[in-house]
Amino acid sequence: MSLETLWFIAIAFLWSGYLILEGFDFGVGMLLAVIGRGETEAETNDKRRLMLTTIGPFWDGNEVWLITAAGAMFAAFPAWYATMFSGFYLAMLVLLVVLILRNMGLEYRYKRDSARWRGSWDAAIIGGSLLAPLLVGIALTNLVHGVPINAQGDFTGNFFSLLNPMSILGGITFVAMSLTHGAFFLALKTTGEIREAARKFAGRFGAIAWVLLAVLLIWTNVHTGTAWSWAASVVALVALGSSAIADRAGRDGWAFLGTFFAIGLTAATYFLAVYPDVMPSTTNPAYSLSVHEAASTHLTLQIMTGAAVVFLPITLLYSAWNYWVFRKRLSPANIEPQGDPLGPVEAQQHA
Amino acid sequence: MDALDLARWQFAITTVYHFLFVPITIGLSAIVAGLHTWYLVKRTPELLRLAKFFGKLFTINFALGLVTGIVQEFQFGMNWSAYSKFVGDIFGAPLAFEALLAFFLESTFLGLWLFGWGRLPEKIHVACIWIVHIGTVLSAYFILAANSFMQHPVGWRYNPQSGRAELTDFMAVLTNKVQMVAFPHVLTSAYLVGGAVVLGIGLWLMRKHPHDRGMYRKAARVGAVVTLIAGAGVAITGDAQGKVMTEVQPMKMAAAEALYTTRDSCAEFSIFTIGSLNGEQERYAITVPCLLSFLGTGSFQGKVEGINDLKRELPAQITQEAQARQEPLRYVQPPDAVFTPNIPLAYWSFRLMIGVGMAACGVAVLALWFTRKGRDTIPRWMVWAAIATPFLPLLGNSFGWIFTETGRQPWLVYGVMTTATGVSGNSAGAVLTSMVVFTVLYAALAVVEVKLFLDYTRRGADSYHPTKQTAEDEPLAFSY
Ligand code: HDD
Ligand code: HEM
Ligand code: HEM
Repeated sequence: MSLETLWFIAIAFLWSGYLILEGFDFGVGMLLAVIGRGETEAETNDKRRLMLTTIGPFWDGNEVWLITAAGAMFAAFPAWYATMFSGFYLAMLVLLVVLILRNMGLEYRYKRDSARWRGSWDAAIIGGSLLAPLLVGIALTNLVHGVPINAQGDFTGNFFSLLNPMSILGGITFVAMSLTHGAFFLALKTTGEIREAARKFAGRFGAIAWVLLAVLLIWTNVHTGTAWSWAASVVALVALGSSAIADRAGRDGWAFLGTFFAIGLTAATYFLAVYPDVMPSTTNPAYSLSVHEAASTHLTLQIMTGAAVVFLPITLLYSAWNYWVFRKRLSPANIEPQGDPLGPVEAQQHA
Repeated sequence: MDALDLARWQFAITTVYHFLFVPITIGLSAIVAGLHTWYLVKRTPELLRLAKFFGKLFTINFALGLVTGIVQEFQFGMNWSAYSKFVGDIFGAPLAFEALLAFFLESTFLGLWLFGWGRLPEKIHVACIWIVHIGTVLSAYFILAANSFMQHPVGWRYNPQSGRAELTDFMAVLTNKVQMVAFPHVLTSAYLVGGAVVLGIGLWLMRKHPHDRGMYRKAARVGAVVTLIAGAGVAITGDAQGKVMTEVQPMKMAAAEALYTTRDSCAEFSIFTIGSLNGEQERYAITVPCLLSFLGTGSFQGKVEGINDLKRELPAQITQEAQARQEPLRYVQPPDAVFTPNIPLAYWSFRLMIGVGMAACGVAVLALWFTRKGRDTIPRWMVWAAIATPFLPLLGNSFGWIFTETGRQPWLVYGVMTTATGVSGNSAGAVLTSMVVFTVLYAALAVVEVKLFLDYTRRGADSYHPTKQTAEDEPLAFSY
């Protein structure tokens, strides 16, 4: 296998990792609006704090997958990175704004005890968790669908050329899968009421996600499928289907693994379908940007390969350790009653 | 304004903004890690209280550093796609390394530190915050290596077949001589900021929370010591930078001094000028004889080239080099054939960087004096100095970057690619939209963040809660 192909696979791996990992924290974020609701603001808040604490130690690390995917594209396929990011300009702008507000929400929500403060940041978290997978889904689906690219390899469309039926379906499907995935994550990480609500939601909503995914994958494969991408799609649908079965049997871990693989294989389908192009041109297939044209030199790819071989396993190991440390399910008893973090400092007895 | 100007403004605004949070992150993570470790050794309650207190301030700051960083990562592709295509073979790798080696460390181990109270064994827990700090330093290293390539391209060649710059020696890129001086300079400047933040807050709270005076005195003294050591480091490394800069970018040094004609020996350093900097006449200036020669060359008799002479020699030299490597000349011909940066900007930002930035050291000396031998009160007027203290080196950093980056103009990659040829083909409307969106959003976030930071500071440190291991059904020591 050439280094160019290897790096194409590496980029596919990084994007899949991003969609899988941030997928569940997007899902939990959206579910604040569904499961994280109570009769009173206080009750709503208690539920939301528990839900957010399940993703607390993870979401930031999950987002680094996006940064790494972008950085690796830049290093291994500069022309791909440059064409995609400049071409999808406004979509990228909206994505950045959405991610900024969502992250600030996650970091600042608990820093003041005020219903209004929480309310605004909750809106940012919920809205951000919905819009981000929608936009990423639209962008990635367009990589398979193709976009207007001229003979010089420059994107000639505008924001609206990104909105075609296939890409919109892609965006919605990624939202639906993130929701299901997030619900299974919550089921896996909590006990009691929240766990039951998450399972109930996933049980119902999973069917919708499955139908959406089936349509999207068939469409994608008919558009530019190969034997390999068909195979990946079939496994993705099987995985999503089995997650529902596992869920019914009360096996939260297996259900989560089901959506984990469903998302990963959906991303794999995309990359398998588009290879050996990286950005097909709808203007003229001859203008499509291919892996070979977009790639960096052999030397750069060699250096990147060396770094990835050494550091990717280390990174995966300590990330896994992070998940291991915080593996316990959380119950309401683990969350201290809401206090005022800015309230007066208690008098010091010790000193 | 066209798309180019707008893209430049956007880059300047978003990057300077990002770099307000970066040095606090680098400096404060080290100090928090130090305080936390010190507590584990000494078991003095106040050390744990301080570690947690500055840890909270650290997270408030980190949030913004993080989100603004993602914008930077995307921005090269969005606004500088021609640049990204041209040098991506060289420039992309450090950015990828930064993500893979540094950002994963920072974010994962910060999560472990925050949520790990009572869940991780103490020693492993404290190691987590040290690893966060190591992550920030690694991130600085790689991103500065990328920036140093732009200042002084090494380890590459132009390939006329592919029409791109290509990597020939990665180690050369990582050990660029500009990098070898810029990295220590930026790192020590970041510690200077961290020290000044702790110093300023410590002094302020000594007066505000008299019952905890002893504890805040300790914080102030820790901050002061860090400030002074880092300040010395900044001066030493800055001096080294001046020499490298004189060699690789003589025009920048000439602009920094508004020196129009070459001095063969003993060039004077101008501290302050009133009047125009256009080389015709100055009305009033304070100068130190021969100091510029020393700064630039290490000898009081060294030769320093002037703007006018450089303007005559530089274009021919750069054209020749481009021809030799068969690079199309359009990459090296600045619009309007202007080879000089903005001279007043370079002159004043250079002075402000040094003057404003080093002023924090003055406060540090005063603080150490007033708090000597167990004294725990400071005069009232020092509160004002305390409040200003963190802002001084922060501004110094901003001016330093404004100087470095604007002083490099008209080049994006010095001598290889002009800024005008690096920009994407986006419409001015699109770039204007993004610039306005970022500026407005960043301004709003600044208001939220500063208010939160001040409220947490004003409240002061929590009381002492030594951490015990959390049992299954007990509240966690930290949750959202
Ligand atoms: C706390 C802030 C701060 C302070 C007090 C100083 N600097 Fe600095 N300086 C920076 C913050 C900074 C910076 C932000 O870190 C820069 C911008 C990029 C870089 O490499 O460092 C910089 C750049 C920079 C450069 C330009 C290098 C280049 O463009 O290649 C020189 C020559 C100096 N500095 C020299 C000094 C000297 C002689 C100082 C005083 C003793 C000094 N700096 C204090
Ligand atoms: C090391 C990472 C950095 C890289 C690779 C980098 C790269 C660039 C690029 C591509 C531009 C293009 C726009 C232009 O030249 O007009 C630029 C300009 C600029 N950068 Fe940097 N930069 C870096 C860090 C910083 C930081 C941390 C700051 C300060 C906070 C900074 C301050 C500026 C400023 C003020 C400009 C505008 C200069 C001008 O347009 O005249 N840079 N830099
Ligand atoms: C202009 C080029 C730059 C780009 C593309 C960039 C990119 C990024 C990104 C994507 C993040 C978020 C990482 C996370 O999730 O933790 C980040 C944060 C950070 N960056 Fe930058 N950065 C730039 C300039 C710099 C420079 C010049 C330095 C250091 C000297 C620096 C130091 C840091 C540090 C320490 C963080 C940690 C987060 C924080 O500041 O709170 N960056 N940067």
